[in-house]
Amino acid sequence: MSEKIFAEYKDRLPNKILEDLKNHLPPKISAANLKEIFRLVDGEYQQAQVDPGESVGLVGAESIGEPGTQMTLNTFHFAGVAEMNVTTGLPRIIEILDGRKIPNTPMMEIYLKAPFSMGKDIKQIAQRIKETKLMEVISEFVINIAESTMEVRLNSEKMKALQLTVGQVIKVIDKNTKNCSVKKDKEEILLKMRGKHDTLNEIYKLKEKIKILYIRGIKGIQQVLPVKKENEFVIITAGTNLNEVFQLDFVDTARTISNNIHEIEEVLGVEAARQAIINEVYKVIENQGLNVDVRHIMLVADLMSKTGTVRGITRYGIVSGKSSVLARASFETPIKHVIEASLVGETDQLTSVVENVMLNQPVPVGTGLPGLVTRVKK
Amino acid sequence: MIIAKRDYMKKKIHITKHDLLPKHVKISEKEKKAILKKYQVTLKEMPKIMKADAALQGMKAEVGDMIKITRKSPTAGEAVYYRVVTDA
Repeated sequence: MSEKIFAEYKDRLPNKILEDLKNHLPPKISAANLKEIFRLVDGEYQQAQVDPGESVGLVGAESIGEPGTQMTLNTFHFAGVAEMNVTTGLPRIIEILDGRKIPNTPMMEIYLKAPFSMGKDIKQIAQRIKETKLMEVISEFVINIAESTMEVRLNSEKMKALQLTVGQVIKVIDKNTKNCSVKKDKEEILLKMRGKHDTLNEIYKLKEKIKILYIRGIKGIQQVLPVKKENEFVIITAGTNLNEVFQLDFVDTARTISNNIHEIEEVLGVEAARQAIINEVYKVIENQGLNVDVRHIMLVADLMSKTGTVRGITRYGIVSGKSSVLARASFETPIKHVIEASLVGETDQLTSVVENVMLNQPVPVGTGLPGLVTRVKK
Repeated sequence: MIIAKRDYMKKKIHITKHDLLPKHVKISEKEKKAILKKYQVTLKEMPKIMKADAALQGMKAEVGDMIKITRKSPTAGEAVYYRVVTDA
Protein backbone atom coordinates (compact mmCIF):
# COMPACT_ATOMS: atom_id res chain seq x y z
CA MET A 1 0.00 0.00 0.00
CA SER A 2 2.63 2.52 1.02
CA GLU A 3 4.59 1.80 -2.17
CA LYS A 4 1.63 2.82 -4.21
CA ILE A 5 1.42 6.19 -2.49
CA PHE A 6 5.17 6.67 -2.87
CA ALA A 7 4.90 5.95 -6.55
CA GLU A 8 2.11 8.45 -6.88
CA TYR A 9 4.32 11.27 -5.61
CA LYS A 10 7.47 10.19 -7.41
CA ASP A 11 7.23 12.89 -10.02
CA ARG A 12 5.94 15.58 -7.70
CA LEU A 13 8.57 15.44 -4.99
CA PRO A 14 12.37 15.29 -5.31
CA ASN A 15 14.13 12.07 -4.42
CA LYS A 16 15.75 13.52 -1.34
CA ILE A 17 12.42 14.34 0.30
CA LEU A 18 11.00 10.92 -0.55
CA GLU A 19 14.01 9.24 1.02
CA ASP A 20 13.83 11.43 4.12
CA LEU A 21 10.18 10.53 4.44
CA LYS A 22 10.89 6.85 4.09
CA ASN A 23 13.51 7.00 6.83
CA HIS A 24 11.40 8.97 9.26
CA LEU A 25 8.07 7.24 8.97
CA PRO A 26 7.09 4.99 11.87
CA PRO A 27 7.12 1.30 10.89
CA LYS A 28 3.40 0.85 11.34
CA ILE A 29 1.29 3.50 9.73
CA SER A 30 -2.17 3.39 8.32
CA ALA A 31 -2.76 4.21 4.70
CA ALA A 32 -4.98 7.14 5.59
CA ASN A 33 -2.32 8.66 7.83
CA LEU A 34 0.33 8.19 5.21
CA LYS A 35 -1.84 9.83 2.63
CA GLU A 36 -2.37 12.78 4.92
CA ILE A 37 1.38 13.07 5.56
CA PHE A 38 2.06 13.08 1.87
CA ARG A 39 -0.61 15.67 1.26
CA LEU A 40 0.98 17.99 3.85
CA VAL A 41 4.54 17.40 2.63
CA ASP A 42 3.51 18.01 -0.93
CA GLY A 43 1.72 21.20 0.08
CA GLU A 44 4.80 22.45 1.92
CA TYR A 45 7.01 21.61 -1.02
CA GLN A 46 4.89 23.33 -3.62
CA GLN A 47 4.67 26.34 -1.32
CA ALA A 48 8.45 26.49 -0.98
CA GLN A 49 9.05 26.55 -4.71
CA VAL A 50 9.84 29.78 -6.48
CA ASP A 51 6.82 31.24 -8.25
CA PRO A 52 6.91 31.90 -11.97
CA GLY A 53 7.99 35.45 -12.64
CA GLU A 54 9.97 35.76 -9.43
CA SER A 55 13.06 37.88 -10.08
CA VAL A 56 15.51 35.22 -8.94
CA GLY A 57 18.48 36.94 -10.54
CA LEU A 58 17.93 40.12 -8.57
CA VAL A 59 17.49 38.20 -5.33
CA GLY A 60 20.63 36.22 -6.13
CA ALA A 61 22.62 39.35 -6.91
CA GLU A 62 21.67 40.93 -3.61
CA SER A 63 22.25 37.74 -1.66
CA ILE A 64 25.79 37.38 -3.00
CA GLY A 65 26.47 41.11 -3.16
CA GLU A 66 25.69 42.07 0.40
CA PRO A 67 27.98 39.48 2.09
CA GLY A 68 30.52 40.43 -0.57
CA THR A 69 30.87 43.85 1.02
CA GLN A 70 32.07 42.16 4.19
CA MET A 71 34.73 40.08 2.52
CA THR A 72 38.39 40.78 2.87
CA LEU A 73 39.84 42.83 0.11
CA ASN A 74 43.26 41.28 0.51
CA THR A 75 44.40 39.49 -2.58
CA PHE A 76 46.82 37.27 -0.75
CA HIS A 77 46.91 35.41 2.43
CA PHE A 78 48.62 32.35 3.73
CA ALA A 79 46.33 29.37 3.42
CA GLY A 80 46.98 27.46 6.61
CA VAL A 81 49.63 24.74 6.43
CA ALA A 82 50.29 25.23 2.76
CA GLU A 83 53.14 27.68 2.43
CA MET A 84 51.72 29.18 -0.70
CA ASN A 85 49.97 32.40 -1.55
CA VAL A 86 46.42 31.87 -2.65
CA THR A 87 43.95 34.39 -4.02
CA THR A 88 40.85 34.36 -1.84
CA GLY A 89 38.08 36.71 -0.83
CA LEU A 90 36.48 39.15 -3.21
CA PRO A 91 39.27 39.11 -5.83
CA ARG A 92 38.84 35.36 -6.24
CA ILE A 93 35.06 35.62 -6.61
CA ILE A 94 35.44 38.37 -9.21
CA GLU A 95 37.97 36.23 -11.03
CA ILE A 96 35.63 33.23 -11.20
CA LEU A 97 32.52 35.15 -12.16
CA ASP A 98 34.38 37.13 -14.81
CA GLY A 99 35.37 33.81 -16.34
CA ARG A 100 39.06 34.70 -16.58
CA LYS A 101 41.09 32.31 -18.70
CA ILE A 102 43.91 31.97 -16.18
CA PRO A 103 43.39 32.54 -12.45
CA ASN A 104 45.73 34.77 -10.49
CA THR A 105 47.13 31.84 -8.55
CA PRO A 106 46.61 28.63 -10.52
CA MET A 107 46.59 25.63 -8.20
CA MET A 108 45.94 21.92 -8.28
CA GLU A 109 45.13 19.41 -5.62
CA ILE A 110 46.49 16.09 -6.75
CA TYR A 111 45.09 13.03 -5.01
CA LEU A 112 47.02 9.79 -5.27
CA LYS A 113 46.08 6.16 -5.65
CA ALA A 114 46.24 3.64 -2.83
CA PRO A 115 49.84 2.82 -1.81
CA PHE A 116 51.10 6.29 -2.74
CA SER A 117 48.36 8.17 -0.91
CA MET A 118 49.69 6.71 2.34
CA GLY A 119 53.02 8.41 1.76
CA LYS A 120 54.90 5.82 -0.30
CA ASP A 121 57.58 7.48 -2.45
CA ILE A 122 55.87 10.78 -1.86
CA LYS A 123 59.04 12.79 -2.43
CA GLN A 124 59.81 11.18 -5.75
CA ILE A 125 56.23 11.61 -6.87
CA ALA A 126 56.29 15.29 -6.01
CA GLN A 127 59.59 15.65 -7.81
CA ARG A 128 58.18 13.80 -10.80
CA ILE A 129 55.29 16.22 -11.08
CA LYS A 130 57.27 19.42 -10.70
CA GLU A 131 58.61 20.96 -13.85
CA THR A 132 62.43 20.80 -13.72
CA LYS A 133 64.55 23.14 -15.74
CA LEU A 134 68.17 22.37 -16.60
CA MET A 135 69.32 25.19 -14.32
CA GLU A 136 68.36 23.14 -11.28
CA VAL A 137 70.79 20.31 -11.96
CA ILE A 138 73.70 22.53 -12.97
CA SER A 139 76.20 23.34 -10.24
CA GLU A 140 78.31 25.75 -12.30
CA PHE A 141 79.25 27.12 -15.68
CA VAL A 142 82.88 27.57 -16.65
CA ILE A 143 83.46 29.74 -19.68
CA ASN A 144 86.77 29.64 -21.45
CA ILE A 145 87.09 32.96 -23.24
CA ALA A 146 90.25 32.12 -25.17
CA GLU A 147 88.84 29.01 -26.80
CA SER A 148 85.23 30.11 -26.62
CA THR A 149 84.06 26.92 -25.01
CA MET A 150 81.79 26.37 -22.06
CA GLU A 151 81.90 23.65 -19.46
CA VAL A 152 78.72 22.72 -17.69
CA ARG A 153 79.20 21.01 -14.34
CA LEU A 154 76.26 19.01 -13.14
CA ASN A 155 75.12 18.48 -9.60
CA SER A 156 75.37 14.72 -9.27
CA GLU A 157 73.18 14.51 -6.17
CA LYS A 158 70.29 16.24 -7.87
CA MET A 159 70.83 14.16 -10.98
CA LYS A 160 70.52 11.04 -8.90
CA ALA A 161 67.35 12.26 -7.23
CA LEU A 162 65.83 12.90 -10.63
CA GLN A 163 67.15 9.62 -12.09
CA LEU A 164 68.90 11.53 -14.85
CA THR A 165 72.04 10.53 -16.70
CA VAL A 166 74.58 12.83 -18.30
CA GLY A 167 73.70 11.35 -21.65
CA GLN A 168 70.08 12.41 -21.33
CA VAL A 169 71.07 15.95 -20.47
CA ILE A 170 73.37 16.10 -23.49
CA LYS A 171 70.54 14.90 -25.70
CA VAL A 172 68.28 17.69 -24.45
CA ILE A 173 70.95 20.36 -24.99
CA ASP A 174 71.86 19.03 -28.41
CA LYS A 175 68.25 19.01 -29.53
CA ASN A 176 67.61 22.59 -28.53
CA THR A 177 70.77 24.35 -29.67
CA LYS A 178 72.10 25.22 -33.08
CA ASN A 179 75.69 25.64 -34.31
CA CYS A 180 77.45 24.30 -31.30
CA SER A 181 78.91 20.90 -30.55
CA VAL A 182 77.97 19.13 -27.34
CA LYS A 183 80.42 16.60 -25.93
CA LYS A 184 80.67 14.58 -22.80
CA ASP A 185 83.80 15.13 -20.75
CA LYS A 186 83.75 12.80 -17.77
CA GLU A 187 80.96 14.15 -15.58
CA GLU A 188 80.95 17.48 -17.35
CA ILE A 189 79.46 18.67 -20.57
CA LEU A 190 81.65 20.56 -23.00
CA LEU A 191 80.02 23.01 -25.37
CA LYS A 192 81.93 24.46 -28.30
CA MET A 193 80.67 27.08 -30.67
CA ARG A 194 80.96 26.58 -34.39
CA GLY A 195 81.72 29.57 -36.63
CA LYS A 196 84.01 32.48 -35.88
CA HIS A 197 82.06 35.73 -35.57
CA ASP A 198 81.43 37.17 -32.12
CA THR A 199 81.54 33.83 -30.40
CA LEU A 200 81.87 35.21 -26.90
CA ASN A 201 78.60 37.05 -27.14
CA GLU A 202 77.00 33.95 -28.57
CA ILE A 203 78.27 31.81 -25.76
CA TYR A 204 76.69 34.03 -23.13
CA LYS A 205 73.45 33.87 -25.02
CA LEU A 206 73.77 30.10 -25.13
CA LYS A 207 74.31 29.99 -21.40
CA GLU A 208 71.07 31.82 -20.75
CA LYS A 209 69.32 29.62 -23.24
CA ILE A 210 70.27 26.27 -21.80
CA LYS A 211 69.51 27.42 -18.26
CA ILE A 212 65.78 27.38 -18.98
CA LEU A 213 65.67 24.16 -20.98
CA TYR A 214 62.95 21.81 -19.88
CA ILE A 215 64.11 18.38 -18.73
CA ARG A 216 61.67 16.64 -16.40
CA GLY A 217 58.22 16.80 -14.94
CA ILE A 218 54.99 18.38 -16.07
CA LYS A 219 55.05 21.68 -17.86
CA GLY A 220 53.49 24.60 -16.04
CA ILE A 221 53.93 23.29 -12.51
CA GLN A 222 56.28 25.60 -10.69
CA GLN A 223 55.92 24.34 -7.15
CA VAL A 224 54.86 21.16 -5.41
CA LEU A 225 53.93 20.65 -1.81
CA PRO A 226 52.93 17.29 -0.34
CA VAL A 227 50.44 17.90 2.46
CA LYS A 228 48.81 15.46 4.81
CA LYS A 229 45.08 15.90 4.57
CA GLU A 230 43.12 13.85 7.04
CA ASN A 231 44.48 10.33 6.44
CA GLU A 232 46.23 10.70 3.15
CA PHE A 233 48.86 12.67 1.34
CA VAL A 234 47.76 15.21 -1.21
CA ILE A 235 50.08 17.13 -3.46
CA ILE A 236 49.25 20.79 -3.78
CA THR A 237 50.83 22.50 -6.74
CA ALA A 238 51.34 26.04 -7.93
CA GLY A 239 50.61 26.09 -11.63
CA THR A 240 48.17 23.77 -13.36
CA ASN A 241 48.16 21.17 -16.09
CA LEU A 242 45.22 18.83 -15.56
CA ASN A 243 45.51 17.00 -18.86
CA GLU A 244 49.05 15.82 -18.24
CA VAL A 245 48.56 15.08 -14.56
CA PHE A 246 45.59 12.83 -15.39
CA GLN A 247 47.89 10.70 -17.54
CA LEU A 248 50.15 9.75 -14.66
CA ASP A 249 49.35 6.26 -13.43
CA PHE A 250 49.68 7.05 -9.72
CA VAL A 251 47.18 9.91 -9.78
CA ASP A 252 43.61 9.42 -8.58
CA THR A 253 41.82 10.89 -11.57
CA ALA A 254 38.44 10.91 -9.86
CA ARG A 255 39.33 13.50 -7.24
CA THR A 256 42.23 15.54 -8.58
CA ILE A 257 41.12 19.10 -9.25
CA SER A 258 42.42 22.38 -10.55
CA ASN A 259 41.16 25.85 -9.67
CA ASN A 260 41.25 26.92 -13.29
CA ILE A 261 37.64 26.73 -14.49
CA HIS A 262 38.53 26.87 -18.16
CA GLU A 263 40.96 24.03 -17.82
CA ILE A 264 38.28 21.90 -16.16
CA GLU A 265 35.91 22.75 -18.99
CA GLU A 266 38.48 21.62 -21.52
CA VAL A 267 39.33 18.33 -19.80
CA LEU A 268 36.01 17.37 -18.19
CA GLY A 269 33.35 19.38 -20.01
CA VAL A 270 30.93 22.23 -19.21
CA GLU A 271 28.96 20.33 -16.62
CA ALA A 272 32.08 19.73 -14.55
CA ALA A 273 33.04 23.39 -15.02
CA ARG A 274 29.63 24.43 -13.73
CA GLN A 275 30.11 22.29 -10.64
CA ALA A 276 33.62 23.71 -10.23
CA ILE A 277 32.28 27.28 -10.31
CA ILE A 278 29.79 26.44 -7.57
CA ASN A 279 32.42 24.69 -5.45
CA GLU A 280 35.02 27.42 -5.83
CA VAL A 281 32.68 30.31 -5.10
CA TYR A 282 31.13 28.49 -2.19
CA LYS A 283 34.55 27.66 -0.78
CA VAL A 284 35.52 31.33 -0.70
CA ILE A 285 32.25 32.41 0.90
CA GLU A 286 32.49 29.66 3.50
CA ASN A 287 36.12 30.51 4.26
CA GLN A 288 35.14 34.06 5.05
CA GLY A 289 32.55 32.85 7.53
CA LEU A 290 29.66 34.16 5.50
CA ASN A 291 26.38 32.47 4.79
CA VAL A 292 24.99 32.44 1.27
CA ASP A 293 22.51 29.89 0.00
CA VAL A 294 24.02 27.62 -2.67
CA ARG A 295 20.98 28.13 -4.87
CA HIS A 296 22.06 31.67 -5.68
CA ILE A 297 25.47 30.44 -6.75
CA MET A 298 23.91 27.58 -8.70
CA LEU A 299 21.83 30.08 -10.63
CA VAL A 300 24.91 32.10 -11.56
CA ALA A 301 26.82 28.96 -12.56
CA ASP A 302 23.90 27.75 -14.68
CA LEU A 303 23.78 31.06 -16.49
CA MET A 304 27.52 31.09 -17.09
CA SER A 305 27.50 27.59 -18.59
CA LYS A 306 24.23 27.95 -20.51
CA THR A 307 25.76 28.34 -23.97
CA GLY A 308 27.89 25.22 -23.74
CA THR A 309 31.06 27.09 -22.88
CA VAL A 310 31.86 29.01 -19.72
CA ARG A 311 31.28 32.70 -20.22
CA GLY A 312 31.94 35.33 -17.62
CA ILE A 313 29.54 37.99 -16.43
CA THR A 314 31.23 40.74 -18.38
CA ARG A 315 30.35 42.84 -21.39
CA TYR A 316 32.21 40.32 -23.56
CA GLY A 317 30.59 37.32 -21.87
CA ILE A 318 26.94 36.70 -21.15
CA VAL A 319 25.95 40.36 -21.36
CA SER A 320 26.94 40.42 -25.03
CA GLY A 321 24.43 37.64 -25.63
CA LYS A 322 21.43 39.73 -24.58
CA SER A 323 19.03 40.44 -27.39
CA SER A 324 18.08 43.93 -26.29
CA VAL A 325 20.26 46.91 -27.25
CA LEU A 326 19.16 48.95 -24.29
CA ALA A 327 19.91 46.12 -21.86
CA ARG A 328 23.42 45.77 -23.24
CA ALA A 329 23.95 49.52 -23.20
CA SER A 330 22.84 49.71 -19.58
CA PHE A 331 25.68 47.45 -18.44
CA GLU A 332 28.97 48.93 -19.65
CA THR A 333 30.16 51.16 -22.52
CA PRO A 334 26.66 52.41 -23.42
CA ILE A 335 27.68 54.70 -26.29
CA LYS A 336 29.48 51.92 -28.14
CA HIS A 337 26.39 49.72 -28.06
CA VAL A 338 23.99 52.45 -29.09
CA ILE A 339 26.18 53.52 -32.01
CA GLU A 340 26.66 49.96 -33.23
CA ALA A 341 22.96 49.22 -32.99
CA SER A 342 22.04 52.40 -34.90
CA LEU A 343 24.52 51.55 -37.65
CA VAL A 344 22.84 48.24 -38.42
CA GLY A 345 19.33 49.39 -37.59
CA GLU A 346 18.70 47.01 -34.72
CA THR A 347 15.24 46.76 -33.20
CA ASP A 348 14.52 46.29 -29.52
CA GLN A 349 11.58 44.04 -28.70
CA LEU A 350 11.44 45.35 -25.10
CA THR A 351 10.92 41.87 -23.74
CA SER A 352 13.21 42.04 -20.75
CA VAL A 353 13.43 44.02 -17.54
CA VAL A 354 16.11 46.69 -17.93
CA GLU A 355 14.82 48.25 -21.13
CA ASN A 356 11.32 48.51 -19.70
CA VAL A 357 12.65 50.24 -16.60
CA MET A 358 14.36 52.76 -18.88
CA LEU A 359 11.15 53.45 -20.74
CA ASN A 360 9.03 53.69 -17.60
CA GLN A 361 6.88 50.70 -18.45
CA PRO A 362 5.76 47.77 -16.34
CA VAL A 363 8.56 45.23 -16.16
CA PRO A 364 7.90 41.58 -17.03
CA VAL A 365 8.46 40.39 -13.49
CA GLY A 366 5.99 38.91 -11.03
CA THR A 367 2.49 40.21 -11.79
CA GLY A 368 3.89 42.18 -14.73
CA LEU A 369 4.75 38.96 -16.52
CA PRO A 370 1.41 37.55 -17.70
CA GLY A 371 -0.45 39.32 -20.45
CA LEU A 372 -4.20 39.36 -20.87
CA VAL A 373 -5.90 38.40 -24.06
CA THR A 374 -9.62 38.81 -24.65
CA ARG A 375 -11.70 37.58 -27.49
CA VAL A 376 -13.62 40.50 -28.96
CA LYS A 377 -17.21 39.76 -29.99
CA LYS A 378 -17.84 40.25 -33.63
CA MET B 1 58.42 3.02 -12.16
CA ILE B 2 57.66 6.53 -11.07
CA ILE B 3 59.72 8.46 -13.53
CA ALA B 4 58.11 7.28 -16.72
CA LYS B 5 58.56 8.29 -20.32
CA ARG B 6 57.10 11.48 -21.62
CA ASP B 7 55.93 10.27 -25.02
CA TYR B 8 52.32 9.73 -24.07
CA MET B 9 51.88 13.15 -22.53
CA LYS B 10 50.85 14.92 -25.72
CA LYS B 11 47.57 13.12 -26.24
CA LYS B 12 44.35 14.27 -24.68
CA ILE B 13 42.92 12.10 -21.99
CA HIS B 14 39.28 11.13 -21.71
CA ILE B 15 38.09 10.98 -18.13
CA THR B 16 34.77 9.28 -17.53
CA LYS B 17 34.72 9.22 -13.77
CA HIS B 18 35.31 12.35 -11.76
CA ASP B 19 33.73 13.90 -8.70
CA LEU B 20 32.85 17.00 -10.67
CA LEU B 21 31.42 15.13 -13.62
CA PRO B 22 27.70 14.23 -13.53
CA LYS B 23 26.20 11.40 -15.57
CA HIS B 24 25.49 12.27 -19.19
CA VAL B 25 23.03 10.16 -21.17
CA LYS B 26 21.76 10.70 -24.69
CA ILE B 27 17.99 10.39 -24.79
CA SER B 28 15.74 9.14 -27.56
CA GLU B 29 13.73 11.28 -29.98
CA LYS B 30 10.53 10.27 -28.23
CA GLU B 31 11.77 11.35 -24.82
CA LYS B 32 13.13 14.52 -26.37
CA LYS B 33 9.70 15.44 -27.71
CA ALA B 34 8.14 14.73 -24.33
CA ILE B 35 10.64 17.03 -22.59
CA LEU B 36 10.05 19.86 -25.03
CA LYS B 37 6.33 19.49 -24.50
CA LYS B 38 6.61 19.28 -20.73
CA TYR B 39 8.58 22.52 -20.43
CA GLN B 40 6.91 24.17 -23.45
CA VAL B 41 10.17 25.19 -25.05
CA THR B 42 11.84 24.84 -28.43
CA LEU B 43 15.25 23.29 -28.98
CA LYS B 44 16.71 26.75 -29.52
CA GLU B 45 15.72 27.89 -26.06
CA MET B 46 17.32 24.96 -24.24
CA PRO B 47 20.72 25.15 -22.56
CA LYS B 48 23.48 23.99 -24.89
CA ILE B 49 26.40 21.62 -24.79
CA MET B 50 29.19 21.60 -27.34
CA LYS B 51 29.52 18.61 -29.63
CA ALA B 52 33.23 18.61 -28.83
CA ASP B 53 32.57 18.69 -25.09
CA ALA B 54 34.85 16.37 -23.15
CA ALA B 55 31.92 14.63 -21.45
CA LEU B 56 30.33 13.64 -24.79
CA GLN B 57 33.35 11.85 -26.21
CA GLY B 58 32.57 8.28 -27.10
CA MET B 59 28.83 8.92 -27.06
CA LYS B 60 28.19 9.56 -30.76
CA ALA B 61 26.08 12.60 -30.01
CA GLU B 62 24.98 14.59 -33.04
CA VAL B 63 23.87 18.20 -33.28
CA GLY B 64 20.25 18.45 -32.17
CA ASP B 65 20.41 15.50 -29.79
CA MET B 66 19.33 16.01 -26.23
CA ILE B 67 21.54 15.02 -23.33
CA LYS B 68 20.07 14.15 -19.97
CA ILE B 69 22.36 15.15 -17.13
CA THR B 70 21.80 13.73 -13.67
CA ARG B 71 23.52 16.02 -11.23
CA LYS B 72 24.16 15.51 -7.59
CA SER B 73 22.54 18.45 -5.91
CA PRO B 74 23.05 19.64 -2.35
CA THR B 75 19.45 20.87 -2.24
CA ALA B 76 17.46 18.20 -4.07
CA GLY B 77 19.68 15.14 -3.76
CA GLU B 78 19.52 14.47 -7.43
CA ALA B 79 18.65 16.99 -10.08
CA VAL B 80 17.95 16.30 -13.74
CA TYR B 81 19.03 18.80 -16.35
CA TYR B 82 18.81 18.76 -20.13
CA ARG B 83 21.16 20.19 -22.70
CA VAL B 84 20.97 20.22 -26.48
CA VAL B 85 24.06 19.35 -28.50
CA THR B 86 25.32 22.21 -30.63
CA ASP B 87 28.48 22.86 -32.59
CA ALA B 88 28.82 26.63 -32.46
